[in-house]
Amino acid sequence: MKGMTLIVKVITRLIAGYVFLFGVYIVLHGHLTPGGGFAGGVIIAASFILLILAFGSEELRERLGYTYSSIFESIGGLLFLFTALFGLFLGYWFFFNFLPKGKPLALLSSGIIPVCNIAIGIKVGAGLFAIFLALAATKYIMKE
Amino acid sequence: MIELYILLVVMFGAGIVSVAIKDLLASAIAMGVVGFSLAIIFILVGAPDLAIVQIVVEILTVVIFTAVLLRSTHIDETLESPPAVFPTVTFILFAILFMVFFVSALREFPVFGNPVMKVGNEYIKRAIAEVRAANVVAAVILDYRGYDTLGEATVLFTSVIGVLTILRRIGKR
Repeated sequence: MKGMTLIVKVITRLIAGYVFLFGVYIVLHGHLTPGGGFAGGVIIAASFILLILAFGSEELRERLGYTYSSIFESIGGLLFLFTALFGLFLGYWFFFNFLPKGKPLALLSSGIIPVCNIAIGIKVGAGLFAIFLALAATKYIMKE
Repeated sequence: MIELYILLVVMFGAGIVSVAIKDLLASAIAMGVVGFSLAIIFILVGAPDLAIVQIVVEILTVVIFTAVLLRSTHIDETLESPPAVFPTVTFILFAILFMVFFVSALREFPVFGNPVMKVGNEYIKRAIAEVRAANVVAAVILDYRGYDTLGEATVLFTSVIGVLTILRRIGKR
């Protein structure tokens, strides 16, 4: 995929970091404000997609993208699963809320929910970025 | 309430346009109109969680569709040919049958804007005291109904694996 003009590149350089930061904010505040792991993860994926759309992609960058997005997708999925399984190890049930709950409206509150939100955010961001790379960015060469 | 119906009419029109128009790029944009109207409806009826997800996912969908379509000729050439008789008749029959059951099911629903809240009231009452999450939606999807979210994550994982398996760059030569 080819890149875009200089204007788009400069604006993207200014904006992409803030988009990423907003996604992280939505993920971390998922148990306090509207949003959560899924929405924040999609915003994180959108910041990377913005970079790819503006600056273009060549083969090396795509291969790096595939590698890192599959690693992060697996990390997110496993973190979510093991957070749920850890309740069993402690002698309670699957998805037991084992962390201390804290006060409502504090950033560190409500037990395992922030951990699950972070896991889902990593997983969704990496997964959607991989889907975008495979569907839209990669150039396929047909061989008969 | 009237703005909801205006948005619904816009959604119907955009949906019909996105099916019937010949240029696929315009079809993708009309699909985006449907999604963004749905996001505005979510905001109006007081569901900001869903509205955020809907807006973000719709942006990604339109971007991916546009990026895919810009590499092809983006003209739908199958619209020219006349429709076959047997599929059309079958489609109309099943559409009528579906509408009959759908209308009889709609009668059982609560009136629009008056939810029953048998289960929801319990969550709203108990979530802050039990889970101590200020966002009750997060408490429901990650604490009370964690299994559903795990299943959803599994579905997304499987779909990513499927896309990457079908569309890998280096295949068997």
